Amino acid sequence: MAKHPPDPEIEVPSAVDTESYPDSAAVAPSETPPNNRLSRRSFLSHLGAAGLAAAAPPVLASTSTPVAPPPVASEEGLTEGTIAINLRVNGQSHALQLDPRTTLLDCLRENLALSGTKKGCDHGQCGACTVHVNGRRVNSCLSFAVMHRNDEITTIEGIGQPDHLHPMQVAFIEHDGYQCGYCTSGQIMSAVAVLKENVGPTDADVKQAMYGNICRCGAYSNIVAAVQQVRHSS
Amino acid sequence: MDTFTFTQPTTVDQAVQAAAKSATAQQGAQIRFIAGGTTLVDLMKLNVERPREIVDINILPLDRVEPSPNGGLVVGALARNSDVAHHATVFRDYPVLSQALLSGASPQLRNMATTGGNLLQRTRCVYFRDTAHACNKREPGTGCSAIGGHNRMLAILGTSKDCIATNPSDQNVALTALEATIQIQGSKGKRSVPIHDFYLVPGSTPNRENLLEPGEIITSVTLPPPIAGANSIYLKLRDRAAYEFALASAAIVMKVSDGKIQHIRVALGGVGTKPWRSFEAEKALEGHSPDRATFVKAAEAALKDAKPASENAFKVELSRRCIVRALAMSTKSA
Repeated sequence: MAKHPPDPEIEVPSAVDTESYPDSAAVAPSETPPNNRLSRRSFLSHLGAAGLAAAAPPVLASTSTPVAPPPVASEEGLTEGTIAINLRVNGQSHALQLDPRTTLLDCLRENLALSGTKKGCDHGQCGACTVHVNGRRVNSCLSFAVMHRNDEITTIEGIGQPDHLHPMQVAFIEHDGYQCGYCTSGQIMSAVAVLKENVGPTDADVKQAMYGNICRCGAYSNIVAAVQQVRHSS
Repeated sequence: MDTFTFTQPTTVDQAVQAAAKSATAQQGAQIRFIAGGTTLVDLMKLNVERPREIVDINILPLDRVEPSPNGGLVVGALARNSDVAHHATVFRDYPVLSQALLSGASPQLRNMATTGGNLLQRTRCVYFRDTAHACNKREPGTGCSAIGGHNRMLAILGTSKDCIATNPSDQNVALTALEATIQIQGSKGKRSVPIHDFYLVPGSTPNRENLLEPGEIITSVTLPPPIAGANSIYLKLRDRAAYEFALASAAIVMKVSDGKIQHIRVALGGVGTKPWRSFEAEKALEGHSPDRATFVKAAEAALKDAKPASENAFKVELSRRCIVRALAMSTKSA
């Protein structure tokens, strides 16, 4: 993937710009609805430690005090065991200090707050974590983020936003290409890649091209219809 | 996952030097090269692989696919599986390789996985992948949970009393039928190893899977010139039509001339502890007419030494039928 020499510069990371990256899923409603209703995400975070403690074994229950924010990297240099990299995601460059164990998927979700990319199996078997690296679709769970200096990463947030959806997102909505929506961002990332790949014209060809994305709700026929609509109209 | 140091050498020599300090290049290696990561990261998450140092080789200039001086093809170790599968020369001259690659994994994984990494793909034996169980391949001397356990997917050829794990690769079965050569660079220089000799059967050391020594890196795979007038195909039989490992597969390179089989290479997947070249089948085919009776005889010969485990006796017949069918397909696509 990366075909560039390592970035020799050691850069101190800046705070994550959450303004430019609203925490939005593929085609799901905004996570922070304007009418003060609780979103699923905020509900879960309000449930928080108390809710967890009720369900968790004793070892977790003892940690019911608020969790301290993650340590901010020292201005003087790298936190021991971390690596400084520049990661380009959706056209923006991010200076990060990463534990080398951080997968690209975890980096997107946890370090950059781009939670549209989903963690399904975390072993390259489901496709929920599909993103584009230099225009090619890959499983972001099976790659360490530090391997992607200078690569161009595109996530579902870079494909489209609620006020300017990608045609593939529109087609998924029109054809009801999901039920629970968890696999949807990965499906759409694959589907957008398929538009540029050498894939035959039939529904069977689309199924072959999309088999790296599992949908446990079984929305497959609607997904194929959505992909075909965009292919036929472009 | 254990933590590790991470380096990105810019030359092959640096990479070799970085990895030469490892005590082994086999299971349990302290230093690992990473290319696509599709096997290594997966196994690190399972604590099956616990390298202390990772050497990222992705920036090395090893991703070319180009003609070799003798009319064959050099496939760089970092050439991605999807690029090799769709390469015009591979598609035209080595279709068995293209078909094998496209039958494996998923489009996303093929965009990551490399030629060299696929050569070193690890078994999918569930006991190897689960540290709660005994496994001689993962922890030598602990025993084999697969013998007498869940072994439906496992090997029937090349097994030992210590290990019956299957080599899961499709690519490597095709490369075996094509008689590919693995190009290796190490601290003692370069060497070329025919793919058949590169892999080891488990014997009493299933933790050793190939000839690689510490620091040695696969730089490319070379394919001999295509055989004029030969057909090659890959047939893969599995539990579902996509995204599944082979129960049995066959890679065939066959040339028929004057009604006789003049050149034949047969390699089997899904049934062997390594990509399985069947010299027995080839012997039964060469010089004979390409008819069903000959194919059945060859398939019988190929599976003659099969030793099924408690759950995979069906693979003996499945592999036979796979061979017969693949041979028949090879004669038709002329």
